[in-house]
Amino acid sequence: MEELFRKSLFLPEQASSIAKDVDHLHYAIITAALVMAALIFGFAAYCLIRFRRRSETDVTRKVQGTLGWELLFVGVPLTTFLVWFYIGYHDFIRMQTPPPGAMDVYVVGKQWMWKFTYPEGPNSIGVLRVPVGKPVRLLLTSRDVIHSFYVPAFRIKQDAIPGAYTQTWFEVTKPGSYRVMCAEYCGLKHSEMWAEVVALSEADWDAWMKEQREGRVALRDASPSGPEREEPGIPARRVARYDAQEPHGEVMYGERGTLPERGERVAAERGCLRCHTVDGTAHIGPTWLDLYGRQERLTNGETVVADEAYLTESMMKPQDRLVEGYEPVMPSYQGQLEAAEVAALLEYIKTLRSARLENTRSEGPVYEPSGGK
Amino acid sequence: MNPAAGSNQPAVTYLNHETTVASWLLTRDHKRIGVMFLVGVIFALLLGGIFAMALRIELLTPGPTVMGPMTYNRMFTLHGVTMVWLFMIPAIPSAFGNFVLPIMLGAKDVAFPRLNLASFYIYLAGSMLTVFGMLWSGADTGWTFYTPYSTVSPTTVTPILLGVFIIGFSTIITGLNFITTVHTLRAPGMHWTRIPLFVWTIYGTSVIQVVATPVLGMVLLLVTAERVLGMGIFDPSRGGDPVLFQHMFWFYSHPAVYIMVLPAMGVITEVVCAYSRKNIFGYKMVAASTFGIAFVGFFTWGHHMFVSGQSTFGSGIFGVLSMLVAIFTAIKIFNWVATLYGGSIDLKVPLLYVLGFIFLLMFGGMTGVAVATTSLDVHWHDTYFVVAHFHYIMVGAVLMAFLAGLHYWWPKMFGKLYPERWSFLAAMTIIFGFIVTFLPQFLLGNMGMPRRYYEYPREMQWLHVLSTAGASLLAFGFGLIAIYLLWSLRYGEEAPMNAWGSRGYEWYSGSPPVPHNFTEAPRFEREVHDYTVVEGPRVY
Ligand code: HEM
Ligand SMILES: [Cu+2]
Repeated sequence: MEELFRKSLFLPEQASSIAKDVDHLHYAIITAALVMAALIFGFAAYCLIRFRRRSETDVTRKVQGTLGWELLFVGVPLTTFLVWFYIGYHDFIRMQTPPPGAMDVYVVGKQWMWKFTYPEGPNSIGVLRVPVGKPVRLLLTSRDVIHSFYVPAFRIKQDAIPGAYTQTWFEVTKPGSYRVMCAEYCGLKHSEMWAEVVALSEADWDAWMKEQREGRVALRDASPSGPEREEPGIPARRVARYDAQEPHGEVMYGERGTLPERGERVAAERGCLRCHTVDGTAHIGPTWLDLYGRQERLTNGETVVADEAYLTESMMKPQDRLVEGYEPVMPSYQGQLEAAEVAALLEYIKTLRSARLENTRSEGPVYEPSGGK
Repeated sequence: MNPAAGSNQPAVTYLNHETTVASWLLTRDHKRIGVMFLVGVIFALLLGGIFAMALRIELLTPGPTVMGPMTYNRMFTLHGVTMVWLFMIPAIPSAFGNFVLPIMLGAKDVAFPRLNLASFYIYLAGSMLTVFGMLWSGADTGWTFYTPYSTVSPTTVTPILLGVFIIGFSTIITGLNFITTVHTLRAPGMHWTRIPLFVWTIYGTSVIQVVATPVLGMVLLLVTAERVLGMGIFDPSRGGDPVLFQHMFWFYSHPAVYIMVLPAMGVITEVVCAYSRKNIFGYKMVAASTFGIAFVGFFTWGHHMFVSGQSTFGSGIFGVLSMLVAIFTAIKIFNWVATLYGGSIDLKVPLLYVLGFIFLLMFGGMTGVAVATTSLDVHWHDTYFVVAHFHYIMVGAVLMAFLAGLHYWWPKMFGKLYPERWSFLAAMTIIFGFIVTFLPQFLLGNMGMPRRYYEYPREMQWLHVLSTAGASLLAFGFGLIAIYLLWSLRYGEEAPMNAWGSRGYEWYSGSPPVPHNFTEAPRFEREVHDYTVVEGPRVY
């Protein structure tokens, strides 16, 4: 029955933990729509036959709606729609809330390819390898225009927007490779902006990761932020054969080190550490130790949780939401930091954890020139 | 319907009292302006249709078929721009609204006849600028002009943005004109509860036009400024916000879909009543639901942005509010069908289009509910499912109502009858063609075919072929209509005063009407579409 429904609606296979629930609602709504349509057209057809015009001088009765009928007309569909909405919204919240233990992968969309970066190091264009049965959270951004990351078999989609991070997550239920497409029109080769998710069984995944960690150095790490020497169109064009069975991604070779290691380097190079400390000492800007997930009090009285979105915002538009007690002295890094550098910084900040478990509050600033006058 | 009754057409009509070219181009007669708009929007439909066929032919095979990706991307943009801004928005309000609204109210003309003429020329100027932009280089942004793509696209977007901006003024002026007309020019006896439902829908539409169009104008100017001056409002690398554009755009464009569909609903109401010889089942509910849609329609724009990173809570609110729009639409559908009950139904061509309309509106509406269900929209957003949804509800509805109105008012406008058999054949072709074109697109969307794709996976091909076949049928149907309507202008049978025995108020005037609509002020002594009293012949 389930298969029959899925096949007759042409829905793709259900490869993620959410897909089944989404599909069940599909079936319910489509079936109800067909039943409703049949009833209304049945009634209309009855009227067309029963009340067809018999002579030019026919006179009709005046039939006027009564309140009861009108209430019925409103009440029945409204209730149905709200029930659907409730179920759908319930699933939607689930789709929007990555589970705490999820594995993070950074995704950068770019005309016309998808790049993936893992905190552990490896990077690739066009192929996202993930383990089966483990939630994976994607942190998406774009280098140019808006793209949209779409995996039909997982029933997920999320826009990748320049200058901001958005997130989505999925958990693959069976090994295989699944098509990724770009769903937001992004220019000439929008329809060729394909990639694939390769879901590996746990053993295969471990083996792959191990190879990435221990294999030849050249194979190990890469950075999507390195200058792109490869012809940008090529990976996308290779993907455009639409053959999900054949791997077509490319591992990139570039900078070394895991994302946090790179982040440390970026922080030093870009001068972040002139104002921020990483050991909890108070300085011109808030310390990065235990920053990720901390509740920050803002000058406007609100509090925010320092998550990826807020941290990115603080780099790009530092004056928008200032942490209480600090002067608005931080410059904007808009256009200065590559998307992958931001990812590296975020991962670096995430690793800076003290042993303390409680939510720490940052202390006040110290306005003393570091380096001496 | 006595064929010899042609003799009771007025001798002097708006068509023949002056016949110079200048008398048309400089006319202040709302009927002539309506006819000019009709010609204009039909040209737009033709142009948009040609682009559409080009798209469908390209999609016959998975890879390149007859054009390159750049041409394809331009084609779908031009198709969307032409159909939405040049055809669907002005089609019913500006063409039929102009023609029949004052007559229905018993007025001699609209409140501001000169402004009315200006609105036509503004439409013409905007359209020409848009078409010029298309021919010159042709934007490839889609009719939605999403930033930042529209600000960095290598094609020429600016003339098209400005063209659409200018057309917006025409919309606003027409809206203001109709609002004023309804308030000030009703003849004696035309109480608020007697106003025909077509007029109510035009009134509701006008309110949306006046309130929402300025926002569109602003956002189009901002994009133009961004392109020409590099302002950076939507550019994140200068502190701008690319998603802001989407909020502003949909704040107009969501209500805009009701600008298109409400007048269509008005036409349908008139036609249902006329051909079933019945009063509408729930006059107040139908009128009220018009304003319900117009009002709630302003608060649903966020349902285009469920996956744009807006807050989960926001998505929930927009989802629920969208459901309310569906309810108001459902009320109308129930009322139309209930009107058939106990009537004296004559299945003439306009009523056939009404059935097509109800069918498309119902599936369009139900799939609207489906996409407003947040979790499902994540899968469907920006796929062919959405394409099919809005073609069903928006294009299907506007086209069906446009054709229904065209046939229903043809004798009123030109004093000729269209040939019944040919029109029946054409109507069947069009309704069937429409379903064959867009039904496969729902399934394509389910499979995961994103919209605006030049190439697609092989397994999707046969559905695309089916869709193209449907589109060809549609094109054939339109060709047929064009031929027999032009034929009937010259050789058609002369229409009697009230060709359908309708009790709509517009039939109080002659067919075609005399220059100032009435020779004697009409008196409205009965409700509109009241068929319970036998009415003697009237000649005004
Ligand atoms: C009554 C007439 C309606 C019209 C003319 C209409 C028109 C449209 C149009 C033009 C679009 C596509 C916009 C685009 O992305 O280019 C659209 C999308 C949408 N419509 Fe409707 N619609 C109508 C009714 C409804 C109803 C009743 C609902 C909800 C109950 C609804 C829900 C939606 C949603 C959620 C989307 C966005 C889907 C997506 O992009 O993922 N619509 N509609
Ligand atoms: Cu893209």
